Amino acid sequence: MNNTDSKKFSFNGKFQENQHINPLIIVEGLKKFYPVKGQVLGRNKPVIHAVDGVDLEIYEGETLGIVGESGCGKSTVGRQIVALERPTSGRILYRGEDISHMPVSKLRKIRTDLQMVFQDSTSSLNPRKQVYEILAAPMLYHKTVKKENIDNEIDRLLDLVGLPKAMKYRYPHEFSGGQRQRIGIAKALSLNPKVIVCDEPVSALDVSVQAQILNLLKELQEELKLTYVFIAHGLGAVRYISNRIAIMYLGRIVEIADTKELFENPVHPYTKALFDASPLPVPTLRDRKRIILKGEIPSAISPPQGCRFHTRCPYALESCTTNDPMLLPVKPGSSHKVACPVLLAKGENHD
Amino acid sequence: MKKISDSAEKKNNSIRMIIKRFKRHKLAVASLYFLIFITILAVFAPLIVPYDPNQVSTSFSQPPSAKHWLGTDQIGRDMFSRLLYATRISLFVGFAATVISTIIGVVLGLVAGYFGGIADTVIMRITDTIMSFPYILLVLVAAAIFEPGLWNIILILGFVDWPGAARLVRGNVLSLRESNFVKGSIVAGMPSRHILFSEILPNTVGPVLVYATSVFAISILDEAALSFLGMGVQPPQASLGNILNGAESITVLTGKLWLWVPAGLMIILLVISINFVGDALRDAIDPSAKEDRI
Repeated sequence: MNNTDSKKFSFNGKFQENQHINPLIIVEGLKKFYPVKGQVLGRNKPVIHAVDGVDLEIYEGETLGIVGESGCGKSTVGRQIVALERPTSGRILYRGEDISHMPVSKLRKIRTDLQMVFQDSTSSLNPRKQVYEILAAPMLYHKTVKKENIDNEIDRLLDLVGLPKAMKYRYPHEFSGGQRQRIGIAKALSLNPKVIVCDEPVSALDVSVQAQILNLLKELQEELKLTYVFIAHGLGAVRYISNRIAIMYLGRIVEIADTKELFENPVHPYTKALFDASPLPVPTLRDRKRIILKGEIPSAISPPQGCRFHTRCPYALESCTTNDPMLLPVKPGSSHKVACPVLLAKGENHD
Repeated sequence: MKKISDSAEKKNNSIRMIIKRFKRHKLAVASLYFLIFITILAVFAPLIVPYDPNQVSTSFSQPPSAKHWLGTDQIGRDMFSRLLYATRISLFVGFAATVISTIIGVVLGLVAGYFGGIADTVIMRITDTIMSFPYILLVLVAAAIFEPGLWNIILILGFVDWPGAARLVRGNVLSLRESNFVKGSIVAGMPSRHILFSEILPNTVGPVLVYATSVFAISILDEAALSFLGMGVQPPQASLGNILNGAESITVLTGKLWLWVPAGLMIILLVISINFVGDALRDAIDPSAKEDRI
């Protein structure tokens, strides 16, 4: 894939034309179960179905947003993509290579391509190390930079994320939250990655700083041709930065579409409810018809049969309790896919 | 070159910060001066003492005088000289035992916490087993099995004291292993040795150091207890414990205070000041302590 190709879809809305290109990352049937702690005896140990069958394709140069409420498995997907954990089943292909079953020694070389920015910037930097050491260690280990050039490289990285060079001898606690997140981004950038998984990178920051960090991420993406997986629970940030958005509920993707398409034409009742739940700064829309979800998200230890969402879905039919819905295109050939046969059928009738 | 000195300066700054925060605890500062003073006396005891501590003379059981500052014991040995030599031995036993137990504890704790699984289970069950024995009994039995003596006491105390450090380090490692900077290092493809020794270990140094001070104090007490019971440092070599041993008879206890009060006071002062220093160290060493920002 060459530069002109990736340039084509580094901006919002231009993504549709590139579906024919081979994806950079393919997530296939990803499942990740965690054992419930405290259960020593008993044959059938209960497990938390954190991610329960996720298929995704991530294209070079795009930003894929993953949205969902707490505990829906979005961060787990992110951790599998950077190979921080091994999936229970399924696999992840990076440039055609299965990184989820790769031996550690081989994986180590690929790791530099897949980096992560964490939510909690405080704990993502070693409190006992100066910024200089934090940034230098991985570059020296992987020998991506020569020892004599390391100073220049660190200056360049700090410059890239908008921090003064003089700050490199400071300790993490001497920075503000936004500055720390910039250092976290510099750390992720230091190994010249192709993909950065941003796990709620702005959720812990206040709104004005959020905007700065989002803009920084956008600029870096254009400059360095990065691919982002942007995990968040807030719709605003995701909408701003993503080309495509996947909505997750209880370990599954329920809807995936280009950003514009998703916000203009959400199909899945959960997506609608999610949009309706976020406040709009328009008083006249206060009395709009909204889907308001009742009840709690079901336990991930024993998720509901059939459609995961049927226990809270206002459109649920009898069949929803037994039939496991597949992600299907809204229209034939469309990149907008939904896992809700009921509303899909309805939509077709309307057309 | 300039940058390196910059970096060195920053390092000094953080040490200066620790010193500054430490200084806020007046008692601890006083304790530290006391400890330094005593340590110097103990280390240079051979140069300082007026008499050979084991030299018997004909002035038996003399009360303190200008000639014998702390008097003499029943066989005419100078008590001041004996006290300094005893302090020297007790400090040495405490220090050496602490170093041994801390090293064992840190290594086992790191392994158990980082690698988990079977290593963790085995190490922690051994730890639990050792901790389930009454401590002083274990030490006594060990001292009875092996010949009592200076080095045996050091080794026994060292090998019995480590479970606390191991648990502490393991707990720390378990929480650090889940921290984002360790995950970040894994994602960056760093090897285990880097993560273990460069990311995790420096973050456990603070708590371990604080814990070690309390082990130091306890080791001094234990050595005193063992020697008092006759299972520790053997006479004629003086230790704070076996000086106290001389106070077993009621006549000494009531009539010859100079034979045991100085040794008893020395133990109390050493242990208290070590604990004060440990407390202040804990407060001072936390790099994210916010109060000194002003």
